[in-house]
Amino acid sequence: MRTHPLVTRNAPVVTIVAVLIVVWYVGAVLMNLSLVRGGFEREESPYTTMELLEGTMSAERPLLPAPHQVVGAFIDGVFGYAPTAPRSLVYHSVVTLSATLLGFALGALLGIVLALAIVHSRVLERSLMPWIICSQMVPILALAPIFIVVLGAIGLQGLLPKSIISAYLSFFPVTIGMVKGFTSPDPMQMDLMRTWSATSRQVLSKLRWPWAVPYLFASLKVAITISLIGAIVAELPTGAEAGIGARLLAGSYYGQTIQIWSALVAAAVLASGLIAIVSYAERKVAQRMGARA
Amino acid sequence: MPRPAGLIGPEGLAGLRDPLVEPVRMNSTADVEPHIYQSTVTRPVAVDVSKVSLTFDTADGKVEALSNVDLQIGGGEFVSFIGPSGCGKTTLLRVIADLQQPSSGTVTVNGMSAEQARLGRNYGYVFQAPALFPWRSIEANLKLPLELMGFSPTEQKQRAARYLELVNLIGFERKFPWQLSGGMQQRVSIARALSFDPELLLMDEPFGALDEIVRDHLNEQLLQLWAKTRKTVLFVTHSIPEAVFLSTRIVVMSPRPGRITDVIDCNFPRDRTLEIRETPEFMAIAQRVRTGLRAGHSYDE
Ligand SMILES: Nc1ncnc2c1ncn2[C@@H]1O[C@H](COP(=O)(O)OP(=O)(O)OP(=O)(O)O)[C@@H](O)[C@H]1O
Ligand SMILES: [Mg+2]
Repeated sequence: MRTHPLVTRNAPVVTIVAVLIVVWYVGAVLMNLSLVRGGFEREESPYTTMELLEGTMSAERPLLPAPHQVVGAFIDGVFGYAPTAPRSLVYHSVVTLSATLLGFALGALLGIVLALAIVHSRVLERSLMPWIICSQMVPILALAPIFIVVLGAIGLQGLLPKSIISAYLSFFPVTIGMVKGFTSPDPMQMDLMRTWSATSRQVLSKLRWPWAVPYLFASLKVAITISLIGAIVAELPTGAEAGIGARLLAGSYYGQTIQIWSALVAAAVLASGLIAIVSYAERKVAQRMGARA
Repeated sequence: MPRPAGLIGPEGLAGLRDPLVEPVRMNSTADVEPHIYQSTVTRPVAVDVSKVSLTFDTADGKVEALSNVDLQIGGGEFVSFIGPSGCGKTTLLRVIADLQQPSSGTVTVNGMSAEQARLGRNYGYVFQAPALFPWRSIEANLKLPLELMGFSPTEQKQRAARYLELVNLIGFERKFPWQLSGGMQQRVSIARALSFDPELLLMDEPFGALDEIVRDHLNEQLLQLWAKTRKTVLFVTHSIPEAVFLSTRIVVMSPRPGRITDVIDCNFPRDRTLEIRETPEFMAIAQRVRTGLRAGHSYDE
């Protein structure tokens, strides 16, 4: 009997997901067991093992919510409210997404500009590079509150401070990737440009840029995920009212673990969506640049 | 963007359109022993290499890639460079094209310094590898130098078509480099070097990676092209028959330090065919080149 190709292709993924779900359920039972038992004992009501197990699957504030609880809360958060309602996950996702995208755009732009500067001048490379690397050694969790407070003091609030933190994180892989990309052209092609006495701007547009495109997309994929992380982290210290970070924070204040987990799922869905968009653009560009099918 | 002086405009292609039928025999005929003939340069000197030396500083000491090289090449000549690996053929071509600075000595090209000649776009350089731009179609590859030099779009299109025809690649305009064989790619790179009608054609083992039959074919085409356009060609090769078949002069070089050991005149009529390779004159010159090469190789031992 031949298996359907769809089965063959997806079997590994499905298997792993199934194993993870099983592990997750077992974990939920084990972690919530004492919690649930404690509840029964406090009420001094008798309980059976079956009831105990059921309790671990449906606790209101479990240590570890069971998968179906998270999925249920997620679906409820997405479809259960109007997209503008403060309880809607769509609403919070859009808030975080807009900061992410703005930050990503700023960061990618800054990254490319820095890479151009570095490629064009040895002096700039020596003076900029140490700072660029230093900037990434400071933990963003420590830096974010400072940013938010300082920017808030000069009247910047809401979207922009969050985007700046996203940009601060995401320019780095773009700079590193693009410096590599801009300096990767084949020496023979560089020599050709020289015999044609091309200007350095022509060398940039006709040779360095096309060579840098694969590096660009590789670094954009990294940049867009850390932009998202940056936006979420930026929502934590200020106690922002909206955004995935705000949901995480509120959830942990009130012990709403299910809410935390469903916000995490929303973040994961956003991240994979963003990466999928970048990958799609990458494929389209590669096709236009004559990549082998 | 104004094109720098020295670049041949559209009218410069006249030579291509009206093929030169009259073969340049100078005063030698096939029945005279060609190598006895001393070439008198009838057209002005195109390339003047004077006392050029180049020493590379490498991690394990100095390499004398060129030592005191003197060479004059007349306009319209076809000069081949032959010699053992590492004797500085590529380096010499690169110095002439201003891709590398000599440690001492001077290079004059059409009365200008090498740098001025490069800025004036006098060079069409063909490397050993085709070095096509993989993200550009064949046509777009041909157009690249034309774009850089500010030719109008219609002119670009016409020239791309004309030179693709010249190298027998009509119909491949939309293909990408990876869809072509190595020989086809090399032909594209030759067409590309010719497309802006440079005065000088510098070719560094352009046919090195091709099989004998394709090579013969391209040799004939190159010869026809040279006869038609009267360009000055500097051609590096490892093949004695190729050098003798194509050249008006053969420069034999020898390594450590890289230098010229012999310059052999080789004036077969311009309309020669591959059959001349069977003639005694051909054999005689080939023998002399071979002797010169042997002398160079003996330094290896
Ligand atoms: N960029 C460089 N740095 C250091 N040494 C070099 C460099 N380029 C060439 N050389 C040395 O100079 C010498 C001449 O090299 P060149 O490439 O001109 O030889 P060639 O005659 O073209 O050889 P081949 O026939 O193998 O192509 C060699 O010994 C080589 O090692
Ligand atoms: Mg070489």
